[in-house]
Amino acid sequence: MSADLAPEELLIATVAGMLDGLRHVAVGAQSPIPGSAALLARARSGGSLRVSMLGSETHSPFTDGGRELFDCAAQGRIDAFFLGGGQIDGQANINLVGIGDYPNTKVRFPGSFGSAYLYLLVPRVILFREEHTARVLVPKVDFISAPGVSDDDVLRTGGPHALVTGRCVFAFNADKRRFALASVHPGHDADEIREHTGFDYDVPDVVPETQTPNAATLELLRGRVADEVAETYPAFAARVFGAADAA
Amino acid sequence: MSELFTSVEDLAERIPDGAKVAMAPDYSGCSMVTARALIARGARNLHLIGVPSVGFQGDMLIGAGCVETLETAAVTLDEYGPAPRFMAAAKAGTLKIIDGTCPAIHAGLQAAEKGIPYMPVRGIVGSDLLTHRDDWTTGTDPFGEQGGPLVLVKAIRPDVTLIHAPLADRNGNVWIGVRREMMVMAHAARETFVTAEEIYDGDLLADERLAPGTIPGLYVSALAEAANGAWPVGLFGRYGPDDAHLRDYLDRARTDEGFAGWLDEFVYAPKAAE
Repeated sequence: MSADLAPEELLIATVAGMLDGLRHVAVGAQSPIPGSAALLARARSGGSLRVSMLGSETHSPFTDGGRELFDCAAQGRIDAFFLGGGQIDGQANINLVGIGDYPNTKVRFPGSFGSAYLYLLVPRVILFREEHTARVLVPKVDFISAPGVSDDDVLRTGGPHALVTGRCVFAFNADKRRFALASVHPGHDADEIREHTGFDYDVPDVVPETQTPNAATLELLRGRVADEVAETYPAFAARVFGAADAA
Repeated sequence: MSELFTSVEDLAERIPDGAKVAMAPDYSGCSMVTARALIARGARNLHLIGVPSVGFQGDMLIGAGCVETLETAAVTLDEYGPAPRFMAAAKAGTLKIIDGTCPAIHAGLQAAEKGIPYMPVRGIVGSDLLTHRDDWTTGTDPFGEQGGPLVLVKAIRPDVTLIHAPLADRNGNVWIGVRREMMVMAHAARETFVTAEEIYDGDLLADERLAPGTIPGLYVSALAEAANGAWPVGLFGRYGPDDAHLRDYLDRARTDEGFAGWLDEFVYAPKAAE
């Protein structure tokens, strides 16, 4: 089975495993893998998980304009969200603004979007960045769009849960303010992760391999979920699930 | 027909150089036809406010030299990748960028629509955004119920809100459906200029099904009918983006010369042919 497994399918199944049992997952714009994971988790939930996808006509429940998602989050109505970053550091700070000495950035990123807010308010924020290089995973971000940790006097009901990359899964420990290697994807190893990670992190004595999806999950993913994803991300669905079917 | 109705060119004339102009993101209602008219009239020193982000509209105005300040949570062309003229201006240091975050922009507009000086917002504390904003500060809940600092966002009062909508009626009522960020933008701005895909033959406020998604004409200063007015981006419920045109734009806008060619072909030449 794993020989046919597309890398994206492993990532989708891995992220979906972090969403099981939740009530409401929101997905930002341009997030095909997190979006697919949320739809997979919903398909497995028997209808108890609500998914709100920005950019989708059929999966967006909001009727009060752009602010409603944020109001929802502040009230605790959203359990999980996804963020990325041009840079992510070992304290889970994320940088969506640029590289260099702000405002004179050498490389400019798109901007912080809602990250500065949602990171503090959504209980389970999953950081997702497929590119796993020392360029992205840095010791210290050049600009903190949103902080990974806060002092005790800051009202904070949300924060980082895990960082999922193309090579591995890191779990975040808020008390230690550090990541720990949680699992390594098939075909990768702990030494390689260390080589391509710019920040320090904990490593357990035994590093498990990231669990591959079973046949039932793959069937669901390639059938019902692929169809649902195609509504918002047609090119992604054709590339990933079309190719997987043909293999 | 009252003086409410005018031409796209007149709308562009009535947005003065230096104006603070609120705009919707590409997936909402973008009056791209007026953006091109602004470029054609040589608008300068605009202060764009992305509510909460800008896309192709912002990129084109920046590239054409119309923009001095960009206040936004992000510049995004979604699946099309980085915004080429924005990136070039950021690299050259020719654009003043006021970096924000989506909920703070919505909150600042909400303060303006209520006529109050600021709005408290949760989150944000610990972000470097806060240290670079002299129009944000922190405060505490005076009732002592919510611990921890709140961010106080100064009201955002645009000179102009510029939007494109599917429907407008002859009284200046403008239907925006669930894209209600445009309602807040219209409430908050001194003036709202609208282009509409088509004119609705009737009163939008008289239909209970349409009225809740309608900006009342009392907020609308001027209106122009403009079929396909969001092109080359899409308009919700009407048409999608012109994918071939946008890809061609991206290809050309990678260089100054290529972008100048795009301007000639799609802004200046059509204007000259009128």
